[in-house]
Amino acid sequence: MNQDFDYGVIDVILEKCGCDEQMAVTILQEVQAHFGYLPKEVFPYLAKKLRSSEAKLYGVATFYENFSLEPKGQYVIRVCDGTACHVRHSTDVLNRIRKELELKDDKITTEDSKFTVEIVSCLGACGLSPVMTVNGKVYPSMTPDKASEIINSIKEGTYNAEA
Amino acid sequence: MEKQFMIIDGNRVELNGEKTVLEVIRKAGIDMPTLCYHPDLSIYGACRLCMFENERGGLDAACSAQPRDGMVIRTNTARLRKYRKNIIELLLANHCVECPTCPKSGSCKLQELAERYDVKTVRFPNTAKLDKVDHSSLSIDRDASKCVLCGKCVRMCNEVQNVGAINYANRGSKMYISTMFDVPISETDCVGCGQCAAVCPVGAITIKQDTAKVWDAIADKGTNVTVQVAPAVRVAIGEQLHMEEGTDVMGKIVAALHQMGVDKVYDTSVSADMTILEETAEFVEHLGKGTGMPLFTSCCPGWIRFAETKYPEIMPYISSCRSPMHMLAEVILEHEKDNGMKNYNIAVMPCTAKKFEAARDEFKHGDQPNVDCVLSTQELIHMIRTSGIDFEHIAPEAVDAPFGQFSGAGVIFGVTGGVTEAVLRRVSTDKSNNAIKDISYCGVRGLEGVKEFQVPFGDGELRIAVVSGLGNAGKLIDKLLAKEVSYDFVEVMACPGGCVNGGGQPVSCDNARTIRIDGLYASDSTNSLKTSDTNPLMDYIYSEFVKGRNHEMLHVHYGKHND
Repeated sequence: MNQDFDYGVIDVILEKCGCDEQMAVTILQEVQAHFGYLPKEVFPYLAKKLRSSEAKLYGVATFYENFSLEPKGQYVIRVCDGTACHVRHSTDVLNRIRKELELKDDKITTEDSKFTVEIVSCLGACGLSPVMTVNGKVYPSMTPDKASEIINSIKEGTYNAEA
Repeated sequence: MEKQFMIIDGNRVELNGEKTVLEVIRKAGIDMPTLCYHPDLSIYGACRLCMFENERGGLDAACSAQPRDGMVIRTNTARLRKYRKNIIELLLANHCVECPTCPKSGSCKLQELAERYDVKTVRFPNTAKLDKVDHSSLSIDRDASKCVLCGKCVRMCNEVQNVGAINYANRGSKMYISTMFDVPISETDCVGCGQCAAVCPVGAITIKQDTAKVWDAIADKGTNVTVQVAPAVRVAIGEQLHMEEGTDVMGKIVAALHQMGVDKVYDTSVSADMTILEETAEFVEHLGKGTGMPLFTSCCPGWIRFAETKYPEIMPYISSCRSPMHMLAEVILEHEKDNGMKNYNIAVMPCTAKKFEAARDEFKHGDQPNVDCVLSTQELIHMIRTSGIDFEHIAPEAVDAPFGQFSGAGVIFGVTGGVTEAVLRRVSTDKSNNAIKDISYCGVRGLEGVKEFQVPFGDGELRIAVVSGLGNAGKLIDKLLAKEVSYDFVEVMACPGGCVNGGGQPVSCDNARTIRIDGLYASDSTNSLKTSDTNPLMDYIYSEFVKGRNHEMLHVHYGKHND
């Protein structure tokens, strides 16, 4: 067990969700909500508490696209690539963002941990396509240029999440 | 009730409570191909090779379809053959096809199916990733490039053994079998039981091959090579060498090893007798202590590792006896210590976990392990084949003196319940043949994963449990710790059915377990010595070699971890 890791947080989550293997997905979601990702340390601890196995929980965590095993950047950008967004050129938006941030398919977080860029299959806002979100805030009818603008404003510190 | 029937390929087959169509098809004498099906595991339905066609032309997987009265099916239509061939081609396209140099070559299910369904070319480019090989375990090797994702290893490790060292990671085309965060298997809770390798249809999980070391030792003129052979090996080796499954071929094994150039061949059944003397004494003492906990057996290294990782709190209640392999190794070393040669101690075991046990720090003299190399039964078979020995016709030879004489109680160690039966024979005050026979009916025999029974002892009775399969062991310990049950003695063997079904044994017909068990019981029946204490060799060994150093030579305190 890692001495520096705060297992108390996990205990609180377990208290809330119940120490049951069947609740594994919910528990992992709560853990991710707290840390922003699933730290390696939680797997052996949860396996013991839930009487499950580390490998099984790892399997669950890697099965769902939504779980992340790596810390995410300060700004999580989700670009929708569902059918509606895709036919309205969401790929161009994604490619522009990746180019500006020097990211790829298998490298989704920038070196300075400022940005994480993810593709999602549908955000449920097809009428506004193509859509992207920054830390949950929805940006409709995106174009590559609009995306660049948002990224630059974040880089320059002028980004306003409330606007 | 009226009889129920299915029509399979035009033939009427009676239904007899089978749970799946596959069972009925196989009962009808049709060798339906499967990769992901195993009778001891849950239904997975992934490989789609066991598809059948119903009267309306619909397709279904036989392993997961329920048989119904009046069902009319076909198992070998042009369409099914085409589909099967296609599946095999797709599997081969994602498979490291280096068959001649694969350890599984010759017993690989995929190789066999490719031949059976006449797959001569693969139309798709090969996409196997060759970089995922894990040699970290002392017991097994893993090569993901040969995996067909049948999931048998995962189900074995999780459902039957409850170890949970491996599982599926990712999904869809990116899925593979993984440990947590892809750490080497040696860093997980893997106990090395080798049951994953036993069910793997291909070369993705194989037994660690140590035969090269043994050949080197044999070739070195200055090395005195001794081999001990475990009880379960002698009834499992025949089938692979053109003989009948389950026959006791110990004499032939001895002859073959001598012919290969091994100096001395000994029988681990001898030290099984020693184990019984030591363990029974410990058991009687344990009963006197009144700890409220049973004494657990300690012969099985997979079980020891399981207890260490999952239930450290019960370690104090596990017998301090070394396994028979290590007891004999100590005595052999003592016997050979003044021969002026380099000694190389080999153990042929039905087990892959023994490879790990042999390397444990607890059993080292300085840096030197007691047992230099553990060979699985499969590796011995391989060595016999390499030697070109005609095993079927080789004349049997006797085990070398002085470690050759054993009792029937020693030889049944290879069966689940064997150790318990041997202990019961030892503690029984009535040693008549009838009394000994009666013990075999007390509930100690049989293939059930958990056997619970009572036997009269002194003024009261002994409460005993015999468990095989680590999943069963885990459940029993949970109940013990929750005080729902209580026992005086618990025998645990990691592999379902005991050592006869060990991870190092060759995979043979479905009822191999029963046949091998019968073979060992037959060896016991024909042995004139029934109880370990009547073995005249014991006095000799204790006075000549042990010389009162029982604790130092025959017992162990686990805790000096390798890691």
